[in-house]
Formats: sequence, structure tokens, C-alpha cells
Amino acid sequence: MESVKFGQADGAHIGKSVLIKGELSGSEDLYVDGEVEGRIELGAHNLAIGPNGRVHANVQARDVTIHGKVQGNIIAGERVELKSSASVVGDIVTGRIIVEEGAFFKGSIDIQRESASRAAEPRPAATAAAATPAQASLISK
Amino acid sequence: MSSALQAFLRLFRTSPAADPLSGPAPGEERIKRRSSGLAEFGRRIAGEQPLNILDLGPTSPANIAYLTGLGHKVYNEDVLLASADPDLLTTGEDGKPAINVAEFLNSNLRYEREQFDAVLCWDTADYMPEILVKPMVDRIHLVTRPGASVLSFFHTKDAGPAAPYYRYHIIGPEMLDLQAVWKPGSNPRNRGPMFRLQRIFQNRHVENLFRDYASLKFFLARDNVREIIVVR
Repeated sequence: MESVKFGQADGAHIGKSVLIKGELSGSEDLYVDGEVEGRIELGAHNLAIGPNGRVHANVQARDVTIHGKVQGNIIAGERVELKSSASVVGDIVTGRIIVEEGAFFKGSIDIQRESASRAAEPRPAATAAAATPAQASLISK
Repeated sequence: MSSALQAFLRLFRTSPAADPLSGPAPGEERIKRRSSGLAEFGRRIAGEQPLNILDLGPTSPANIAYLTGLGHKVYNEDVLLASADPDLLTTGEDGKPAINVAEFLNSNLRYEREQFDAVLCWDTADYMPEILVKPMVDRIHLVTRPGASVLSFFHTKDAGPAAPYYRYHIIGPEMLDLQAVWKPGSNPRNRGPMFRLQRIFQNRHVENLFRDYASLKFFLARDNVREIIVVR
């Protein structure tokens, strides 16, 4: 299986036995291999969803790379990449999209480079929240 | 084996659709062909204005890249896969298994009225359970604006249960790449197509199916398929 590089060493990492319910925001890259229900906002940082990742959330980040499952809308300032194992149900707004053969997608794709970039710029509130998950509860499964 | 014999045999491997069980291994079959229907569809969606286009086939990276490259917003929904959802099965009045049409429409093709400017229907109607075909066509009518184009394919000949089911990838303004899709399984030669051709629609049936639409334009393709541009 292709490795997901960023997030494991450079950014925050949510392991596959972790379930988070609530809003996740941060000012570093995030790798999710567990389960998230709620919302993820990373501003100008990147999100990778690992092969075990299951996200039921609206997502906003600069680059979003998906190996696992996402149910929710995605706004990416730069790029969304659906790997072959990805399953996405939701609407995507992004500057660029890459879909690998084998990926499942149900929803809409809107390529809006400028507006997506603007949407991905970190909001003051999100920047202030930074680093630690706010309003999130961690439940070990 | 001599190189001449190998070259000779290769001549017979260029059209796997003719005999799907003796062509390349399932998953490898790709046929590129010109499509007059797609060419007409392309002309109808050309222009500066971004359009809302609904693709009802399996997720195709090529279609997404092509249509978004033209500046359009793409919606993707694999209705055939959705029609095979076991959760749709119910028991009919006669006690036999039946498909819950209301439930299918509750969870699929749920869009606003007149939302779409164009729909890629491909050959989903040929493979879909009959009870869902008319409701699907009526729902497409509801969610497309007047003047919208629907590209639909219909087989002209029943090629039997082994007839391949294809995914359609757009690789140019009038070129399609057909990828045969087979059931998952350990023995690729005996797996059979992912979906089975259910019926052959005659022209009259097609016209009845789309009777609420403004017009139909037929194109006869070489591989026993009628390509139809339906105008809402």
C-alpha cells in the first residue's frame, strides 16, 4: 500500500483507534487514520485521510489527499486528490482535482481556483484556535 | 512461438467485444472508438458559460478531468450501482422479491428542479432493473432545464449474458475509451460482466421512454449501439 508521508512525521496524527466528535481546527498538517465526525478546518494546511480514515465532516484545507472514506463537503484551496481506495460522498470545491482509477465519488466537483483559495485562507478565529483540537471529544474505541 | 504467428494472433485481439471470453483478461479490455453522440453532446455544451453536468456512470477520472477542463461543474452519481443496493429489495404484493422504487428515488437523483444543463446517461437504462428505468428518466426530466441535453446509449442487439458491461471514459471531443467491468472474483475468465444487459429497447420504446422530452436524435454506432441525444 502506498504510504502517506505527510502528517506522520511533520504534523498531527489521528490514529486508527481514535474517534473524534466535534470541530477540529489547526495550523499544521493533519493525518487522519481514525474516525472524525463534525468539522475539520485547517486553513492553509494540508489534510491527509489514511486508508483506515473515516470522516463524516465538512472539510476545509489547502490540499486534501484521501485514501479512506469521506462523507461531507470538501473545500480545498489548492488541490484534492482521490486515491484509488478513496470513497467520497459530498461536494468538492477546489482549484485542482486528481482522481485515481478505482476511486468512488458521488457528489459535485466545482473547480474554482480563486474562490477556493480564498476559502482556504485561515480565518482569524481558526488561527487563534490553532494546534489543539477545540470543542472536540476524543473517544478511544 | 514464431514472431510471425504472434503478430498474426495479435490481429484477433484487437476487438475483445466480439468475444469477451477470449480477449484480454478482464479488467484489461479497453476499446477506443469514435462517438457521434458524444461529438454532438460536446457541441451542445461548448461555450464560455460554465454548465452543470451530471454523469450517471461509474466514477471516471477521465470524464471529471475532461468536463472540469472545459470549465463545467461536474456531478457524479453511479445510478446503476445504486440500483443494485440490497437495501432496495422488498417483498412485492405477490410475495416475490421486488425493488422499492420510492426508496431508490429517495436516495438517488435528488437534485433541484432544472438544475442541470446536460446529463451523461450512457447505457444505464439497458442494464437497470426495468421497474426503475421510467422513474429514472422522469427524474432526469425533472432535474434538467428546458433545452438540456441527455446523452444515452441503447444496444440494438442482445449479445447474451456474457455481453460486457462498459465504463465510458471521454478521451476527446468525439472519442470514447470503453473499459469492460467484470464481477470481482478469483477466476477472471468465469466471473461474467459486472452488470447484465437486461433488455433491448426498440426505437419506439425509446421514443416512449422520452416522450416528455422535446426531441431525440439518433446516431447508429458501429458496435450495435444506438447513441441518442435527447433534448429536454
